[in-house]
Amino acid sequence: MAAHHHEHGHDPSVAHHFESAEQQRQSTKLGMWVFLATEILFFGGLFVAYTVYRVNHPEVFVFGAYFLDTALGALNTVVLIFSSFTIAWAVRAAQLGQLRLLRWLIIATMACAFVFMGVKYVEYSAKWKHGLLWAGSYNPHLEHGDEPAAGHGEAEAPSSTTGAPEAGAPADPDRSTIAPAAEGPHGLAAPAVAADPHAMPVEPANARVFFSIYFMMTGLHGIHVLAGIAAMLWLLRCLGRGDFDGGRFTKVDMVALYWHVVDIIWIYLFLLLYLID
Amino acid sequence: MSEHTAHGVHVASLRLLVGVMIALMIGTWLTVSVTHYDFGFLNIWIGLAIATTKAILVGLYFMHLRWDKPFNAFVFISAFAFLALFIGIALIDTQHYQDVLIPGWPVE
Repeated sequence: MAAHHHEHGHDPSVAHHFESAEQQRQSTKLGMWVFLATEILFFGGLFVAYTVYRVNHPEVFVFGAYFLDTALGALNTVVLIFSSFTIAWAVRAAQLGQLRLLRWLIIATMACAFVFMGVKYVEYSAKWKHGLLWAGSYNPHLEHGDEPAAGHGEAEAPSSTTGAPEAGAPADPDRSTIAPAAEGPHGLAAPAVAADPHAMPVEPANARVFFSIYFMMTGLHGIHVLAGIAAMLWLLRCLGRGDFDGGRFTKVDMVALYWHVVDIIWIYLFLLLYLID
Repeated sequence: MSEHTAHGVHVASLRLLVGVMIALMIGTWLTVSVTHYDFGFLNIWIGLAIATTKAILVGLYFMHLRWDKPFNAFVFISAFAFLALFIGIALIDTQHYQDVLIPGWPVE
């Protein structure tokens, strides 16, 4: 810090190892893009798990998606897209030095983030109520009397089948307990529910896998939304102490880039989890 | 369509931002609508195509990649390329032993 005193005319907002404010801005931005690339790879592991399970066991995903509310998912998509718009507008406001507008746009984006988390809360509590949870916590107890006919997972094999191999025979631990539809119990072809296309599909073995993947993916995304709220609170603090005076907008720009990635990931999560027919 | 500040920084016009947002909303409506039609195995690819178009719109305009240094876009896109590699090789691998793990695989 003391070095600043020796350089007359040195911009205090530019760190010493940078030639100019522009070079500093470009370096910050490159660092942010590298971080965002690691974020994509962070979620990437979960997308790999999703793809491998869905390709090999599509019936598990058809069953699981039945319990997700497409309307709430679509509402959250609209809310996030709108918040992406407000934070993109906030960058413009910061660039043009419109600080009052900037404050309102940051607050609007935060409000959208809270609405998103509120809708998520409604969705999560419905899953919680029905025991549609991850892995070992999966213990469905559904209302309306339309319990899945195939029992609650691998332990209870369907009893209605004749001649077909048992879906849940735990004889060989290395063997998948999920029978493909072609040779599985007749329940998978669902003759009983064929009359009503909106009836709940019969529960396949290992339906819990869907809910494990659902909670991991939306949970990690939700944590990112919370981090986004924290980042925007930080922006408001920076705004209050005058960091954005004189058209300095890098911090707003970086938080906006992060927020857009949260939006992009949700665009895919909505499609891949909610819109399975 | 676009302005610049005194420092030569690109500023996206409000009209452009609103236009992109409306396009994203239409894309969302489209994604939900096409699930009501059965295109067989094409459904997921149509959905992914619409989602990817939306992601590209967000990247190009909201994230300024269109006016940014190409290297930033290269860094970001490379993450997706490696993810595609990850998913692709994992699928090739897993499909090679499904017939051992699941009786009757592949389902014909």
